[in-house]
Amino acid sequence: MTQQKMKRDPGANTSAQDTVAVQLLRKHRNDVPVSGWRLLAKRLGPVGLISLGIIALVVLMAILAPVIAPYDPYEGSVTARHEAWSLAHLMGTDQSGRDILSRIIWGARTSLIGPTIVILVTAFLATTLALTAVWFGGRVDALISRMLDILFAFPNMLLAILAVAIFGPSLLTASIALAIGFTPYSARVIRSVALRERNLPYVASAQLQGISGFVITVRHILPNVRTQILTGMTINFGYAMIELAALSFLGLGVQPPTPDWGLMVSNGQASLQQGYWEQSIFAGLAIVITVAAFGYVGEQLGGRRASGRTR
Amino acid sequence: MTYVLKRLGALAAVLVVSSFIVFSGMYLAPGSPEQFLVQGRTVSPEVLASIRAQYGLDDPFLIRYWNWLMDVLQGDLGRSLLTQQDVSALVASRLPTTLFLAAFAAILITVLGVGLGVLAATRSGAFEKLVVFGSNLGFAVPTFFAALVLMFVFGSNLGWFPVSGSGEGFADRLWHLTLPAIALAFPGIAVVARITRTAVREEQGSEHVIMAIARGVPKQFVLWRHTIRNSMLPVTTVLGTNIAGLLASAFVIEYAFTLDGIGSLLVNSVQKKDFAVVQAIALIMVLAFGLINLIVDLLYAVIDPRVRLSKGAAAR
Amino acid sequence: MLKIDGLVLTVVDPDTGHETEILHGNSLELAQGEALGLVGESGSGKSMTLKCILGIEPDGARVDGTIALDGTDLLASGGDALRRIRAEDLALIAQNPHGALNPVLPVGRFLVEGMSDARSMGRAEARERAADLLRQVGIADTERVLRSYPHQLSGGMLQRVVIAGAISGDPKLLLADEPTTALDVTTQAEVVAILDEKRREHGLSMIFVTHDLDLAAAVCDRLAVMKDGEILEIGTPEEIRDRPRTDYTRKLMAARPMLYPEGHPAAFLAGGAGPAPLREGGGGNDETDRINGEEAGA
Ligand SMILES: Nc1ncnc2c1ncn2[C@@H]1O[C@H](COP(=O)(O)OP(=O)(O)OP(=O)(O)O)[C@@H](O)[C@H]1O
Ligand SMILES: [Mg+2]
Repeated sequence: MTQQKMKRDPGANTSAQDTVAVQLLRKHRNDVPVSGWRLLAKRLGPVGLISLGIIALVVLMAILAPVIAPYDPYEGSVTARHEAWSLAHLMGTDQSGRDILSRIIWGARTSLIGPTIVILVTAFLATTLALTAVWFGGRVDALISRMLDILFAFPNMLLAILAVAIFGPSLLTASIALAIGFTPYSARVIRSVALRERNLPYVASAQLQGISGFVITVRHILPNVRTQILTGMTINFGYAMIELAALSFLGLGVQPPTPDWGLMVSNGQASLQQGYWEQSIFAGLAIVITVAAFGYVGEQLGGRRASGRTR
Repeated sequence: MTYVLKRLGALAAVLVVSSFIVFSGMYLAPGSPEQFLVQGRTVSPEVLASIRAQYGLDDPFLIRYWNWLMDVLQGDLGRSLLTQQDVSALVASRLPTTLFLAAFAAILITVLGVGLGVLAATRSGAFEKLVVFGSNLGFAVPTFFAALVLMFVFGSNLGWFPVSGSGEGFADRLWHLTLPAIALAFPGIAVVARITRTAVREEQGSEHVIMAIARGVPKQFVLWRHTIRNSMLPVTTVLGTNIAGLLASAFVIEYAFTLDGIGSLLVNSVQKKDFAVVQAIALIMVLAFGLINLIVDLLYAVIDPRVRLSKGAAAR
Repeated sequence: MLKIDGLVLTVVDPDTGHETEILHGNSLELAQGEALGLVGESGSGKSMTLKCILGIEPDGARVDGTIALDGTDLLASGGDALRRIRAEDLALIAQNPHGALNPVLPVGRFLVEGMSDARSMGRAEARERAADLLRQVGIADTERVLRSYPHQLSGGMLQRVVIAGAISGDPKLLLADEPTTALDVTTQAEVVAILDEKRREHGLSMIFVTHDLDLAAAVCDRLAVMKDGEILEIGTPEEIRDRPRTDYTRKLMAARPMLYPEGHPAAFLAGGAGPAPLREGGGGNDETDRINGEEAGA
């Protein structure tokens, strides 16, 4: 019986092997960490490259704010309130006569710092928890999974708002709380990929050679989840930006008069009712464009093509 | 059935643990509660002591948690530290607005998200490109920004809809909550439309759909029975996550439109550090989040027979 | 009955617009009740040929030439006319039965759908017919199988269901695309036996795609050898064996005999109505005898 099974028709056999090999290759290609500009550019496609350009622009704006902002973001003049856009004020002025463009440029700083904290903390927590769970398995894995289940029960925004309730409104508090909320989602993805790697024979043989679990994890397993960590960070960045902006909008995040996009949308609400749309709309658009850019790049990096597959 | 019970048990356990976390969080918060109660007035130590006794603030932590938990189980959520109102009554009076808003948004997400996604996948060309572009941009629109734009355009400028308040009676409520619901649903619609389109496209190329076409099954049957029905499997999950998240993101919208739901109550209570109310609403949100997720999982099992059979695996 | 003339298939890459010709002007003819084996290596265009007949070629592909079924030009038909031809005159048996059925609908729906939605038979009648059809393909506990979902059945069982669906409407032409490749060897033999038997019983024509020359020879009246999108030669199994006209066929023949030193699993078919197999002295295999006996008993 087994003998006969071995002797299948050769064509069928090769074709089966082909498919498996091709599948492996394909999988492998998706798992290769992004390295080299050409590969990156190919992954991203034209829209992805534009998105990457937008991200670079926003980052540059944040870094060079003191140099490129035409006005002081804090100083307004009572005589120049609610000015429409003009050559002097490209985006007009707000209710305190401050230059909106300058505040958007400076606002890039606070608007980027929060999400950066979120994704760094998330990546650290999720990777540590996932790799610990995978390496020790058994009880440790079960315990960590239960912990994550509890976190799953809290909607992210609720977690952030509770943290603010306890520790008082601040960007740092809100960011760390959001990061904790994001952790179970990222940890789950990393854990499943790491688990696949953990079960490969070479890990067992390394273990037999007496190499410590920590070293194997860091040297061999960690590099294999790099893509997942990176993709997660890019996608989370956009979501973090939206949620932090929402907290600032509620007055629970960044505090005035610090320039921040979410806060500017909120500050402009009253003016908007009177027809002065500039502040809210420009600040809102800044958020939309940045988040969309991060979302698109993240998705392309993750290899999930949003356009779907046509035959 | 045992599966449902198991899941409900797990949910109850999660609720108890969450309540403990929330309670201890509030307990550990800097600043003692009696400072809020006296609102910065100078009071004699005797008065302070009596206040502490009245609220049981001198009891050990675990005893306070236990008392609170028992009260909650009997439906008593405590009293607001600020207004002395009964929290259960307060929350109950605010809940209808939030539920109405969330349900309205959930319907919009389901109908528009799935509808646009299906239309995009079945009518290629300009419309499809538009939906893809819209959904890529739409998920990036913060709900509060959508709220302001809608208010500005349809409220202040065109005057078609009210920009605040939540209305009385069904029709009035519907009218008042239309803009808030659209704003709340906006990112969800974008995400669901995108996933739906991808799922339908993928299903269109699947073997069994091609087989159905090859067997001469009429177009409409192929479309509805095989393509759309099956593509709803991945869509259900995403739809569920988005709808479950609505309750928690509703407070931004309630705040923007000054609606009297539990979300705006939560925000106000956080701003004023009224912990009794914050605690209560947090628990309600965790409960609702868990229940919706459970319902989605059950729904999934109903529409996919392969899941129904691996119950054991799902319960794990 | 079926007449294919100068069939050219060109696919277009949707991203680059680059065109590739996959079939290069093939012609073949099939008589009423005849079985034609289509053999050739992977990627030679066997499946694509069947897809062109059914009109399910990849999106954006161009088909040139003519495919006529009893005088009806299939390439010229479309819409409901094409649908009716697919429903009434053609039947496809795909390689992977698990992929062919909708995973979320019970097996009974598959059979009923083919009869009542595709061919406007009454629902109740179709339901009765479904059980009857399953019995015909050797399934005893029809009620359980009809209620089962595809993932609950084995590949062999499911492929019988697909065969039952295929013969349910007495089509003019069966198109079997490697109907047994996804099954294990024992099941392969059973399924081929059932397919062969039902085809002969109903006097259907068939195009049988396979990699397996011996199997094709056992089941078919004539063989067509394909390579790189071209039909190299068509002839009876004996002609192909004794007088191969191309080097490729010769190589294919030379590669073959080492495969089944203990006899081909389908060799027993030769004992029945089929033509002589390419290999002499099969038949004596215990396994196949047992299956044969079971089949007769069923
Ligand atoms: N969707 C498609 N678009 C473009 N080319 C395709 C497509 N599907 C298959 N092809 C190409 O068409 C050619 C013929 O494929 P076909 O599936 O007919 O081969 P086959 O003879 O059936 O092979 P196998 O034995 O592996 O099933 C192959 O070269 C393949 O690369
Ligand atoms: Mg094929």
